[in-house]
Amino acid sequence: MPKLATLIRVAVFLLLVAFLLQPHWFEPLLRPLVQDNAPVIYNQGSLLQLTFLHLRTVALAVAAAALVALALAILVTRASGAEFLPLSRSLVNIGQTFPPVAVLALAVPIFGFGEKPTLIALFLYGLLPIFENALTGLTTLPPSVMEAARGAGMTGGQRLLKVELPLAMPVILAGIRLSVVISLATATIGSTVAAKTLGEVIIAGLQSNNLSFVVQGGLIVATLAVLLHDGLQAAERRLAARMGR
Amino acid sequence: MRQLRFDKLGAIIAALALGGAFIAPFATFRANRIVAGEVKSVIDAVPAAWSVALLGIVVCAVIVALVRSPAYLRLAAAFVALAALALGIGVAATHLTPEANTYARVSPASGFWIMLFAFGLLAADALTRLRPAPFVRIVVLAVVLAFASAILLAGAWDGLSILKEYASRVDTFWAEGRRHVTLALGSLVAAIVVGIPLGVLCHRVTRLRDGLLGVLNAIQTIPSIALFGILIAPLGWIAVNVPGAAAIGIRGIGVAPAFVALFLYSLLPVVANTVVGLAGVPRDANDAARGIGMTDWQRLVGIEFPLAFPVILTGIRIVLVQNIGLATIAALIGGGGFGVFVFQGVGQTAMDLVLLGAVPTVVLAFAAAIVLDAVIEMATPNTRQAEAA
Repeated sequence: MPKLATLIRVAVFLLLVAFLLQPHWFEPLLRPLVQDNAPVIYNQGSLLQLTFLHLRTVALAVAAAALVALALAILVTRASGAEFLPLSRSLVNIGQTFPPVAVLALAVPIFGFGEKPTLIALFLYGLLPIFENALTGLTTLPPSVMEAARGAGMTGGQRLLKVELPLAMPVILAGIRLSVVISLATATIGSTVAAKTLGEVIIAGLQSNNLSFVVQGGLIVATLAVLLHDGLQAAERRLAARMGR
Repeated sequence: MRQLRFDKLGAIIAALALGGAFIAPFATFRANRIVAGEVKSVIDAVPAAWSVALLGIVVCAVIVALVRSPAYLRLAAAFVALAALALGIGVAATHLTPEANTYARVSPASGFWIMLFAFGLLAADALTRLRPAPFVRIVVLAVVLAFASAILLAGAWDGLSILKEYASRVDTFWAEGRRHVTLALGSLVAAIVVGIPLGVLCHRVTRLRDGLLGVLNAIQTIPSIALFGILIAPLGWIAVNVPGAAAIGIRGIGVAPAFVALFLYSLLPVVANTVVGLAGVPRDANDAARGIGMTDWQRLVGIEFPLAFPVILTGIRIVLVQNIGLATIAALIGGGGFGVFVFQGVGQTAMDLVLLGAVPTVVLAFAAAIVLDAVIEMATPNTRQAEAA
């Protein structure tokens, strides 16, 4: 069965690429969603370019979030940073109660309109799942392995790079995957503060009462999320298998 | 003399708080709602006696944070400093606003927010170390909210720009607030009523489980603004074509699509957690129940459900906090809620208006998380006792 699932994903991916390159091919499908004279395909910019910008925003934010979250998680799981561990857990819990819209709107006065507040909001929102998972990964390592590493005379840095991080990597990657999926959806809200993302298509649809715009914007983001989620999950499995877990 | 030992987190808090108090500006003064403001330090922003008191309290709290002090003392210091900040910003507003000038706006500046963050951090750290019982956490929350309400009712913050925005929108504020809460809670209740039976069904019928959870997972990937928008069409169609639908308030735009969208997003955590909770019920418990001749229904209500309850409650917590945040998006499709002020404020670049929408949303979400976390903790040991009995 996994073969069929892979085939479906490839087909979905090809459909997405076809839609982004030649959206007018799909016009008959979307035509029933709009009134007679309304445009069917988003006409205020290139869907391909918006998709690219959307993905770039997500990639930048998640990459920065992953670096910072991982550094923080490493810091609080060392002996010298141990006293920050309980607090950092509470902060993660508190942070997750902040609604993304609020973070986005509050970032505007500091960073102005456009891509910056969106990047900041996505960065802050992306930190939490990665940090949480990195903490879980780094604090639930089997004690016997840690003992063995210490017994073999490895220094703290060697243990971190050669034992702890590789063992925790699957859990950390799962956090990054979660972060990517959340950011993909949240980035659309960025268009309410004039960021160039696929949210622009959806908001244009809401404003001109054009359901076809809303549907195409929404479906592109959802398809990207599902494909990236599955792709990252496959990468995690491959990594886990290579490490013999 | 015993040497004083320093606290690492305290050093960070001290740097932040002192920077916020002495370097960064405390309040911003603007001649009217949209012009650029001029910033004022603590000393310029409040009367001399107040600035001495405020800076004195900040320095004392910083000292408590800096040395290794008992957690309850740190908590007390944090709360005193936060209370002083809360009162101080109100005083600054009155002090900076010229007599009888209704156009001038005073709002907190970076120094205020930095100190708020620093002492909030100190309070969070102390609370984490004290590990208060769930009931105590709810009491602390209630006391903090009561203090904030008292300041609001006493009018001590009336000079602040966010409350000036509020004053010109008193009626709509409470109407939108009610709608926000109705949307978030109503869709949660609907998701519980539908989701828990679905979860039980998924637990019993394995084939259904993968399919349904797959669909619910897919719904989560649709961005919220798109899902809200997509639902406008079917609901509009229902309103026109189903007799009586329009009469009970189903419309293409407005509350109905927002409600349905929130409901759809809420289903996954409720269903998935019900399934996980039921799957975690020990086989022994089920066998014993069967052994004493319990029917399927008795087993579900008497054994499985109580044991799975904390996990289901965790799902409900996720949904409630998420819904309170997502309900802000409803404003984009005419569904109302605090998002109305957020998006109006963004549109007019009036940050005070954004705050008027964002602050209550954050407070609601935060309070909901604290209360439900406490309830979950209270529910968990009880079931353990039941397990042991």
